[in-house]
Amino acid sequence: MNRIREFFGTFLLFELLKGMAITGRHLFHRKITVQFPDEKTPQSPRFRGLHALRRYPNGEERCIACKLCEAVCPALAITIESEARADGTRRTTRYDIDLTKCIFCGFCEESCPVDSIVETRIFEYHGERRGDLVYTKEMLLAIGDRYEEQIAKDRADDAAYR
Amino acid sequence: MEFFSNLFGPTWPLVWTLAKIVAIVLPIMGCVAYLTLAERKVIGFMQVRLGPNRVTFFGIRWLGGLAQPIADALKLLTKEIIIPSGANKVLFLMAPVLSLMPALAAWAVIPFDPELVLANVDAGLLYVMAITSMGVYGVIIAGWASNSKYAFLGCLRSAAQIVSYEIAMGFALVGVLMMSHSLNLVEIVKQQQGGLGALSWNFIPLFPMFIVYLISGVAETNRAPFDVAEGESEIVAGFHVEYSGMAFAVFFLAEYANMILVSTLTAVMFLGGWLSPVPFLPDGFPWLVGKVGFVLFLFLWFRATFPRYRYDQIMRLGWKVFIPVTLVWLMVIGGWMQTPYWPWK
Repeated sequence: MNRIREFFGTFLLFELLKGMAITGRHLFHRKITVQFPDEKTPQSPRFRGLHALRRYPNGEERCIACKLCEAVCPALAITIESEARADGTRRTTRYDIDLTKCIFCGFCEESCPVDSIVETRIFEYHGERRGDLVYTKEMLLAIGDRYEEQIAKDRADDAAYR
Repeated sequence: MEFFSNLFGPTWPLVWTLAKIVAIVLPIMGCVAYLTLAERKVIGFMQVRLGPNRVTFFGIRWLGGLAQPIADALKLLTKEIIIPSGANKVLFLMAPVLSLMPALAAWAVIPFDPELVLANVDAGLLYVMAITSMGVYGVIIAGWASNSKYAFLGCLRSAAQIVSYEIAMGFALVGVLMMSHSLNLVEIVKQQQGGLGALSWNFIPLFPMFIVYLISGVAETNRAPFDVAEGESEIVAGFHVEYSGMAFAVFFLAEYANMILVSTLTAVMFLGGWLSPVPFLPDGFPWLVGKVGFVLFLFLWFRATFPRYRYDQIMRLGWKVFIPVTLVWLMVIGGWMQTPYWPWK
């Protein structure tokens, strides 16, 4: 009996009509497309995008060249060289992130003892020739200076959950 | 008219015929272009997406997407046609033309109106069947001339599929012939004029034939869910793997022109062509456009809904289901027509 019912369900195209009813209904559903350059999806404060190096409010750079981020980086994207500055503090002379290697895992940010290296919400950037995506210390500091307000706010928002 | 016939002198019949051909082919090409856009839009909407909506004319925002087919055509026109080494160059370039030609030639006998038909020949249906069968040559030659085993296997698959479904399609049309006693497509439409509007069209007494014809039409044109020839998610492509640029675009045109042709034939043969579905409205060409549009929408709906058939399932459906079903229904209506209980006279 079941087999007979199954046969007629298939033969009389009931199953196919059911499928078409579903797609037919979806024709009139509200579309979920986000039209990217005009509309954007909401981002979490934990968003891991382009890197930045931060400064203290007095303008002193935070990074103390401990090289923890370089050590933890699973993609070996970070290269650091350091020297003692005239005032005796240890500072980086070179801080490069190769964004073509970076996997945006966020480990550098986690490992940083002074919250210097952070990942911002910026993800719409590009390079036009080889080497454009190797970001140097100056570039990273500039990003940090430019977006400090947003970066600080995101850290403060997330602090309650850490 | 007089002026033009004097102007061209003895070549006038030729010029006039060419003008009529252009008058049919150009709108079809336009329809093909916008059918590709309609397909992407409809499938997009069924998948809760928006579909193409960026390319527009003169930056007018609400026309978004309307220029997409033109952009696509320009892109394909400017691309390189790569001819594989060892390919038979003449056949390789002839194959796309051979597959597009039947899709356009068959329009000669399609009646748009009781008067508006390029060639009102008595063997119209036979002509359509003969011409559309030619399309399979384009497929076979494309696969053979590519000098590639993949293209060759793909062409064998498609050719076997097209030929198999042609049989079921032919049987479905025998039912139409029994209804109309004529091979003339104009007569076939006129016979469906029964005073009951849509109820006297062929698709009611021939309902199983109608379904078989529709599904065979999908299989004939190698469309989803029977598009094993293309099979973009499993294999790269079938007979047209080696084609690029405009040569590929012609295959593409042929597929969509065939879709429109099959839809029109369905409308003419089962859905009453230019006849109005309700007796109180006048008949006319717009009804045909509406019916063709509806059948084309079904094609797109199928593609958005059904997963691709396995190759052996396609063959089983064609040979073991459709052919027996049409044969049985031929007997049924054959007997039924002889009884006094035949309402469609």
